Amino acid sequence: MALPTLINTRSPLAAPAAQRARLEALPLARTFESALGEAGRQPLTRVAARVLQVNLGKRCNQACHHCHVDAGPDRTEVMPDDVVEATLAVLAQSDIPTLDITGGAPELHPRFRDIVARARGMGRHVMDRCNLTITTLPNYADLPEFLAAHGVEVVASLPSYAASQTDRQRGDGVFDASLRALRHFNALGYGRPGTGLVLNLVTNPVGAFLPANQAALERDWTRELKRRYDVSFNHLFTITNMPISRYLEWLEQSGNVTVYMEKLVQAFNPATVEGLMCRDTISVAWDGRLFDCDFNQMLDLPVDARGPRTITDLLTTPALLSHPVTTGPHCFGCTAGAGSSCGGSTVG
Amino acid sequence: MDTYYHPPDLAKFAEVGKDAPELWEKFLGWYNAVFAEGALTEREKALIALAVSHAVQCPYCIDAYTSGSLEKGATPDQMTEAVHVAAAIRGGASLVHAVQMRNKIEKIGM
Repeated sequence: MALPTLINTRSPLAAPAAQRARLEALPLARTFESALGEAGRQPLTRVAARVLQVNLGKRCNQACHHCHVDAGPDRTEVMPDDVVEATLAVLAQSDIPTLDITGGAPELHPRFRDIVARARGMGRHVMDRCNLTITTLPNYADLPEFLAAHGVEVVASLPSYAASQTDRQRGDGVFDASLRALRHFNALGYGRPGTGLVLNLVTNPVGAFLPANQAALERDWTRELKRRYDVSFNHLFTITNMPISRYLEWLEQSGNVTVYMEKLVQAFNPATVEGLMCRDTISVAWDGRLFDCDFNQMLDLPVDARGPRTITDLLTTPALLSHPVTTGPHCFGCTAGAGSSCGGSTVG
Repeated sequence: MDTYYHPPDLAKFAEVGKDAPELWEKFLGWYNAVFAEGALTEREKALIALAVSHAVQCPYCIDAYTSGSLEKGATPDQMTEAVHVAAAIRGGASLVHAVQMRNKIEKIGM
């Protein structure tokens, strides 16, 4: 059964400004900007864009407890055609090597397959951030075959190889449905040596704690998924839960918000700054606005006002984003411990 | 304070070193080395620590190694099995003394 979204339950936290105010009001030992300053990295500068990350909308067949997008079946935000075309045009005229497609469940977008096919036609690497259960819906049962035919990297969410933990975070029955999807991908060659079809898994902690060491966890997961379910994959990415949207609501309701944020602040690791994804990613919202990352997108913290603000602006602006990254307290989530990004930990 | 065990005291553990800093540093160095990955993984060591925490019934340790086990990637079912190992050893340790009881029965009984 799908959980109600913040917007549907009329939670005050449905408003990004309310989330920002809650985070700013926390009595943290220092600001993110001061932590960057002490590390000699303030302001946070960009490098050449390597990833164009496109959020196609907030519609999703699931409604996970930790979702920073507040996505769900009741959300209606979907990227319109003109934004889709502008995004593909920017990709075509740039040398950005990777198109990273996310949502919601991005496959629910009516233009999803067209976007994938055209980006692959430009020779770009395409990543689909897949919730796995989408492939168990009747109209999407052939999605794995489509992704395989186009050589798309699948980045699939699975918080735990323990069914109870996965269902606790993502909803009853999600683990079994995810397992069926993983077996489907494996049968097509995904996650198997020598096929070139990449199946990476993403795990985030089921609770208010930091993720485990990525390399050690990958060894455990490889062994346990094979032993328990005969499922294989390429790499495991560990991602820190961000104090945004429904995870922020859960932190508050469970009395963990201050302790969790203090944990993130105390775990600030200057070595993670170099590899922060916001430095080489352009994040495009469903409505075409530009952000430094998907998290800033959900907090409505847009890119620096001195540069291009929308994907359409990028069509006419010779240089891509070159201004400092917009930061806030939530950024401690990406700099804690071994770091966190859409590609997992960012240091050793 | 209305109890000997107070959760915020866990964060004050390092204050124990104030009056014997050299001993504290030696303890800390040894402690950190013990929990570093070696022949056993950090996750396995955290699970052992969790089990021992229950055997010695240390609330601070249970608090620390519940979080620690989760942060090393252990799952609740693995953690629960680890505690059962501790409980089984404690139970078995009681039960094996029944041999002593039986010896005594043999000696003084008819």
